[in-house]
Amino acid sequence: MQNAIRLTAISKNFGTVKACSNVSLSIRSGAIYAVVGENGAGKSTLARLIYGMHQPDGGSMEINGSPVTFASPGDAIAAGVGMVHQHFMLVPTLTVTENVMLGLEKQSLFSTLDPKNSAENIRQLSLKYGMAVDPLAPVSTLSVGQEQRVEILKVLYRNARILILDEPTAVLTPLETDQLFAVLRSLAKEGKTILIITHKLDEVLALADTVTVMSRGSVTGTLPCQETSKEELARMMVGRSVLLRVENPPPSPKKTMLTVENLGYRTATGIEKLEGVSFSVREGEIFGIAGVEGNGQSELLSLLWGLHDRNGRVSGKIIFEGSDITGKNPAQIAGLGVSHIPENRLKHAVISGFSVADNMIFGRHREKRFHQGFGFDRQAVTRYALELGKTYDIRCTDLENTPLGALSGGNQQKVVVARELDRPGMKLLILAQPTRGVDIGAIEQIHRSIIGARDRGAAILLVSSELDELIALSTRIGALYQGSIRRIFTREEVSEGRKRGRPFEEELGLSIT
Amino acid sequence: MTARTFRYFIPLLAVAAAALCSMALIALSGRDPFMIFEKLFRATFASGYGTGQVLFKTTTLIFTGLAVALPFKARLFNIGGEGQLQLAALAAAITGALLPSSVPPIAAVPLAALAAMAAGAIWGASAGLLKVRFGVNEVISTIMLNFIAQAAAGYLLTRRFAEPSTEHTTEIGRASMLPKIDELSGLFTGSPANITLLLALGAALCAALFLFRSRGGYELRAVGLQPEAAAWAGIRSGHHVTAVMTVAGAVAGLGALNLVSGYKHYYEAGLTGGFGFSGIAVALLAGAHPLWIVPAALFFGLLEYGGLAVGAYVPKDIFMIIQALTILIVIVLNARKL
Repeated sequence: MQNAIRLTAISKNFGTVKACSNVSLSIRSGAIYAVVGENGAGKSTLARLIYGMHQPDGGSMEINGSPVTFASPGDAIAAGVGMVHQHFMLVPTLTVTENVMLGLEKQSLFSTLDPKNSAENIRQLSLKYGMAVDPLAPVSTLSVGQEQRVEILKVLYRNARILILDEPTAVLTPLETDQLFAVLRSLAKEGKTILIITHKLDEVLALADTVTVMSRGSVTGTLPCQETSKEELARMMVGRSVLLRVENPPPSPKKTMLTVENLGYRTATGIEKLEGVSFSVREGEIFGIAGVEGNGQSELLSLLWGLHDRNGRVSGKIIFEGSDITGKNPAQIAGLGVSHIPENRLKHAVISGFSVADNMIFGRHREKRFHQGFGFDRQAVTRYALELGKTYDIRCTDLENTPLGALSGGNQQKVVVARELDRPGMKLLILAQPTRGVDIGAIEQIHRSIIGARDRGAAILLVSSELDELIALSTRIGALYQGSIRRIFTREEVSEGRKRGRPFEEELGLSIT
Repeated sequence: MTARTFRYFIPLLAVAAAALCSMALIALSGRDPFMIFEKLFRATFASGYGTGQVLFKTTTLIFTGLAVALPFKARLFNIGGEGQLQLAALAAAITGALLPSSVPPIAAVPLAALAAMAAGAIWGASAGLLKVRFGVNEVISTIMLNFIAQAAAGYLLTRRFAEPSTEHTTEIGRASMLPKIDELSGLFTGSPANITLLLALGAALCAALFLFRSRGGYELRAVGLQPEAAAWAGIRSGHHVTAVMTVAGAVAGLGALNLVSGYKHYYEAGLTGGFGFSGIAVALLAGAHPLWIVPAALFFGLLEYGGLAVGAYVPKDIFMIIQALTILIVIVLNARKL
């Protein structure tokens, strides 16, 4: 059968970051095809390349057998490719019909619209695929699931034969998800081709015919869904791209530093993100948290750092050195001797427009040592930056004048790691994805620093989606699945597992899927 | 040329381009542009009086420019300089007039300054609080607060503080007046330039030190550049928004000192005559850098006074067009992708 989409060696770079490198895949007409991968694996970039939002730096693309290049989404739509974005693009004050028609008005300014006719067409279309929506209802009165249907209708109304859906279930309830899947199946039966981008493995297996796994910008494998399992996909997703042979001498844990007791979190919209999470981290140990994206890691991290959405409901306790820190703000928590390396470095840990030196004190800029009289002590800051730069091998010739954004990802992360590990009186270090987007040389160095901090007596909480990283560094590992800790691997199990290698990785993978 | 170095040349390019446009406009109005430029120069920097007039305008513009530039660093657009300045001028005039003559200058001047700063600060802080508490966009709130300030100042003047059968307040006491530069040194003979100019230069320097050398400025810039990252670093953006709007109001308020204590010695309707709005142009031309505010204010001061001085030959409106063109060119050049 004919291929609806065929990509050959597609590449896309953003600066020095390889978002997609050498991606090839072909999608049969009428198939439901899934692309899975962690955040930052390049799957969304791939979708945008197909939809013409980005232009590839290399490679070629064929739609329905003929080679194409899309300069903009307009070209893609004309070629019959439509995309439903993760964040809906609807005008809330307009009706469903008006939203669907938006952009398709006749070109002359004063020509009349025919909303009645269009509404009828939309009604037909929605009934045909089992998407009940009232064409005359204002979008602001619809539920999230219905809004998504409007987005799908928009695409269908433009005669798309290929539908790309980016994380379509991220905002849906389980029931809405089932309904969506039914719609997608009926669309496929009508001969439409569906490309779905997601990181939820259950859904892939329930829905798709074929799945491609991406990791760090490249395809790690393409499999028919009938012949694979969640475990296999999870392993391919989290990848084994790093050779982790960092020296990990036996730890000597001492008193308990952080205790999380029965922690629960429910969002303002009523979605249970964490439930009954309990664990503790002791001085001189690394407690790892394993889990595939979206199982509550982000919520756990923001609770620990006091930055969760205050409209949500928190239950349980977070006890640091004997006192409850639930509800404290980041400055107060940092003041107690807690360092944090957030998941999203560029967005949360640095100011890319500030100089490297200024970033080395970011978040620690309240410390007296950097001040003199009314302002900063520039000399002290520079001296400190040079010292950190040397210790952590940060490659930058002019720390004072180079903006942080000009450094490579690895060097940026080294700046963050250096700053947080060097916090005076640090007792607890919360690390999230410390080596994401970092080159292999830097990974080794960062890992050595983390073990070094542990041996100096810090309690470390490590959240990572790289199983081999967790196994290489952690003293104990908790497996987080759907908002709860499913199992905690003991110190003996982990150190034993480190020697066993691959089989242990599989065992760990099993407990997070 | 990299994007970074290009940015430094934007103001110069804009001024040069605006000058070319103005030549065309003057030629279109039927005058020789070079003759007009010569007259402009003679009326301003060629004479002590003219220079003094330009510096007098520059002084107020430095303050109102800073009042826009500081919040700009936190990505806030303070359109309220005019209202802040207006209320401050009224407050300074009333305070100066009410102080008993026994109060010595060393106390009277700071008191008038404090009154002006307080009035401006309250007006600026209102916009800041509206933003932090209720999410009101500061552009809208400062514009509205301008209207309120204008109406309130007008009402208070005519119904309460105006001298009978005049349209201005009672003259302030001798002790609240600031000496003219002419009186001190004989420079800028007869012009209204007064020692508030030094205060303005000091304010620009302090603002630069604050922004680039102090913890507060560091946090403020972080909030402006990446609000989310600032939150992760434990910086509370709400506090900074309120604080910077308060300070901006106070700085705009200090500009009133130049007008009231340094020059008119009373408040009258129209005294602030758009200085608050020109401050927006000054800040934009300076790229919101406190030190670049000084030359930018000088340029606009030159156009404002120079436009008046050559009004006999070409309409003053031409110079308003040049001011507006300069800013538009700056914005276009800044928006250009390199």
